[in-house]
Amino acid sequence: MPTIVVEVMPKAELLDPQGKAVSGALTRLGKPEFASVRIGKRFEVTVEGEVTNAMLAEVRELAVDMFSNSVIEDVVSVTVAEPVEAQ
Amino acid sequence: MSTRVGVITFPGSLDDRDAQRAVRAVGAEAVALWHGDHDLQGVDAIVLPGGFSYGDYLRAGAIASHAPIMAEVIDAANRGVPVLGICNGFQMLAEARLVPGAHTRNAHQQFIRRDQKLRVENASTAWTSDFTTGDEIVVPLKNADGRYIADAETIARIEGNGQVVFRYVDVNPNGSFNDIAGVSNERGNVVGLMPHPEHATELGFGPDTELAMRNGTDGLKFFTSALSAVLAH
Repeated sequence: MPTIVVEVMPKAELLDPQGKAVSGALTRLGKPEFASVRIGKRFEVTVEGEVTNAMLAEVRELAVDMFSNSVIEDVVSVTVAEPVEAQ
Repeated sequence: MSTRVGVITFPGSLDDRDAQRAVRAVGAEAVALWHGDHDLQGVDAIVLPGGFSYGDYLRAGAIASHAPIMAEVIDAANRGVPVLGICNGFQMLAEARLVPGAHTRNAHQQFIRRDQKLRVENASTAWTSDFTTGDEIVVPLKNADGRYIADAETIARIEGNGQVVFRYVDVNPNGSFNDIAGVSNERGNVVGLMPHPEHATELGFGPDTELAMRNGTDGLKFFTSALSAVLAH
């Protein structure tokens, strides 16, 4: 089924405790070249039938109103996933 | 007829029965309300209790803020009905935009539970009128996503408006901006805070005091204040 993908990230200026914890683990693993990690969210919304412009617009609205909270997060992208050939 | 205070139960609410007990402790009738209904049963005031609604999935309080009954809660809040959000209930109020700001994971990344000292910064809200501004109280705190955040403009606005209702004293337990523990809407009928006043309403079951173990009842005034607000409304 076609899939609309929404990506949400914590705002750049805010502390991201999850990312900080992973970043700390990388340092402890001896990988100081990876300076920092930030962790966001990816939503895959599968759609019945074709993805229409109206649907995309609705998901863009949902991305802002529900999938993210504009006080602490930014919606970085809303895209239609490339169809993947069946293996 | 006694004042009726509704306590809404969501999937994952934990402190709904404690909140009901606190309501009864001040002589009001506790009315159990259900998240999936579109019915407030005519209550005079509303409590959104603590817990982990929907397992804190998406963001703490986010999914519950879209529950059917929240449409009626938002209407009631806009009419001036006293609404108190405790912990997860505070997160729901913020997600529903009934109070400003948002919550993130505690800055130290850990769940914390402690008896927390707070200062009452505004004693003119529906839930604080029985306090005096500047009062210091102790109520239990227990959360993982308690870090109160808002942009600089919002923080300046709510500080100026007196919408910062409670501030952490001695210890900022989660990295909240400006040590903010609780806020209100502009009108002052909707109040949210992370600590749990309903856990400090009964001798033997509250935080420790200098006089005796578990005898703190500083939370009672939240509920008596709401009763006064209902009568005055």
